[in-house]
Amino acid sequence: MKITLSHITKQFAQTTAVSDFTAEIESGHLIALLGPSGCGKSTMLNMISGILPVTSGQILFDDNDVTDLSANRRGVGLVFQNYALYPHMTVMQNICFPLELQKVAKAERMERAMAMAKLVHVEELIDRKPSQLSGGQQQRVAIARALVKNPNVLLLDEPLSNLDARLRIEMREEIRRIQQETKITTIFVTHDQEEAMSISDKIVLMKLGVLQQMDVPQNLYDSPANCFVADFLGNPPINKTTGVVKDGGIQLDNGPLVHDDRFTNLKDGQRVTLSIRAEAATVTNENGNVDCVVDTTYIMGKESLAYVKLGDQRIRIYIPADHEFGEGSTLHLKLGKRGVFVFDETSGDRLI
Amino acid sequence: MQTKHKVNISISTIVIYVLLSLGALVMVFPFYWMITGAFKTAVQIQMFPPLWIPTSFALDNFQTALSMAPFATYFMNSVIAMIGCVSCCSFTTILGAFAFSRLDFPGKNIVFGLLLGLMMVPFEMIVITNYRTIIDLGVYNTIFALIVPFTSSIFYMYILKGFFDSVPTSLYYAAKIDGCSDWKYLWKVMVPLAKPSLVTIILLNAIATWNSFLWPMLAVSDPSVRTLPFGLYAFVSEGGAHTELMMAASTMIVVPMIILFMFARKQIVNGVARGGLKG
Ligand SMILES: Nc1ncnc2c1ncn2[C@@H]1O[C@H](COP(=O)(O)OP(=O)(O)OP(=O)(O)O)[C@@H](O)[C@H]1O
Ligand SMILES: [Mg+2]
Repeated sequence: MKITLSHITKQFAQTTAVSDFTAEIESGHLIALLGPSGCGKSTMLNMISGILPVTSGQILFDDNDVTDLSANRRGVGLVFQNYALYPHMTVMQNICFPLELQKVAKAERMERAMAMAKLVHVEELIDRKPSQLSGGQQQRVAIARALVKNPNVLLLDEPLSNLDARLRIEMREEIRRIQQETKITTIFVTHDQEEAMSISDKIVLMKLGVLQQMDVPQNLYDSPANCFVADFLGNPPINKTTGVVKDGGIQLDNGPLVHDDRFTNLKDGQRVTLSIRAEAATVTNENGNVDCVVDTTYIMGKESLAYVKLGDQRIRIYIPADHEFGEGSTLHLKLGKRGVFVFDETSGDRLI
Repeated sequence: MQTKHKVNISISTIVIYVLLSLGALVMVFPFYWMITGAFKTAVQIQMFPPLWIPTSFALDNFQTALSMAPFATYFMNSVIAMIGCVSCCSFTTILGAFAFSRLDFPGKNIVFGLLLGLMMVPFEMIVITNYRTIIDLGVYNTIFALIVPFTSSIFYMYILKGFFDSVPTSLYYAAKIDGCSDWKYLWKVMVPLAKPSLVTIILLNAIATWNSFLWPMLAVSDPSVRTLPFGLYAFVSEGGAHTELMMAASTMIVVPMIILFMFARKQIVNGVARGGLKG
């Protein structure tokens, strides 16, 4: 089922949780909804599910306008961050509940619930109450309950945030597997970029209720739409330096002039942010783009992570471990084709 | 040192137990006196020093009491009134508590505040209003007169709302997503979850109705619609002071409640301790 969100706005008393959000989600895709805490991810999800009414805008499932349809008629499955299983029902009863409400006959109900329980590997726990399950098991039951009624859309709100690191990886792969098996259009909320990168077809990145960029994970990383997107993705975080355009290069504040052929089209005198991914700068013996001074280095085996100074500004880069660079030695840096971005300092818009 | 410590504990324990036993004795004694009194003769019950243990356990007094007043009818009336009150009241309590806890409607907080304010008005003050109501409804001197004023209770609603409030909102939304309407959510999720609270409310309500005296005395006069407590009172005033018969009648009234209490003791105690309810 294709989901079309057009100009969605959600206004709470004073705060605008989501503003003018427009996106189209293709049928059968798994979309990661990513963003810092409080950016409106849950609000967005709740509006798609029908729990929250929109202030303005339109939600379409395929070609049907569901904006004013109440949650119990939209046919979506939703897995809550805290799972929200019914504590007085067994696992089986929990999974059966949506079917019971649809008045599915008992035999068929049990059969479908059992098939779901097998899919998420909880078939041995069906007689337990939710309080007798671990977090990971509860989550799987919640997924089974969401899937059993064959929803058109599956929504997951940070379903992995309560799990330990290993279980998280296991479960996210399981979610991906189930999603590919069932081909349900899925939206997965997270604020873990690695999680988003690893399982999604596309990532939607939000900030303060505004859609920043929607693209396949690699494009988001390689070609961020603005300074926020570049900052948000990547580990270690991208290096940010500030400066002003001068003579076809960028004169860093209290630092050297950075030359690059790419910078020649920039407007002289414009204030910019030069962002460089750690892996984008390499040490060279020839004339590089800029010179820097080693501050501290951390040996990491294969290579070293070094903090180097461009005048007063410090950036992180990787240098080969076999090079001996003492503190205070000068290096020539070459900037690679990928991972170097120039943004307007005030608006954050991408210039290069 | 250690033995001394142990001795200290046991002495304080003994004191506590002695005091508790005394308390229990004081509580139990009237019941003992009532039940044994039911087996004494008219002479025995007046004796001084008192006769502690009855000489026979013949059921004569019960037979006499039953033959002198229609206790079976009183009993049936009490049961009908109790079932009527408790079922109506539970139903309205559940609906009201749900509305105030989960639904949004204009003036909700104001209405709830007003209702809580009404809780401060003692029942005795609205007796006359209630009296007029049943007269106007034309149900004076019928069993309905015993039920109508007790079909809702702000106090129980307040208690249940407290419980409903503690149920996580996400459960409500989860049910919505699963395709539940408000009505089904209430009966399929909320009510089963609230079972312990509900059982306590129902038991307290049942006991209060069973024992109520003032209202039945005002609302009905005909013997055929009297309830047990009022019937007992009428029995005493109409039949002269036959203490031993009174004891027998009282015993018969109390026994159902004692049985109920024995079965549901844990529920009542839990409920009262948890919610700080009044009895
Ligand atoms: N019921 C509400 N009333 C008022 N403001 C709200 C309400 N719900 C959310 N907000 C506000 O809307 C904004 C977005 O909240 P939302 O829960 O969607 O964030 P989120 O992206 O899910 O964050 P997190 O990652 O922490 O879960 C926040 O500023 C929040 O304070
Ligand atoms: Mg959230």
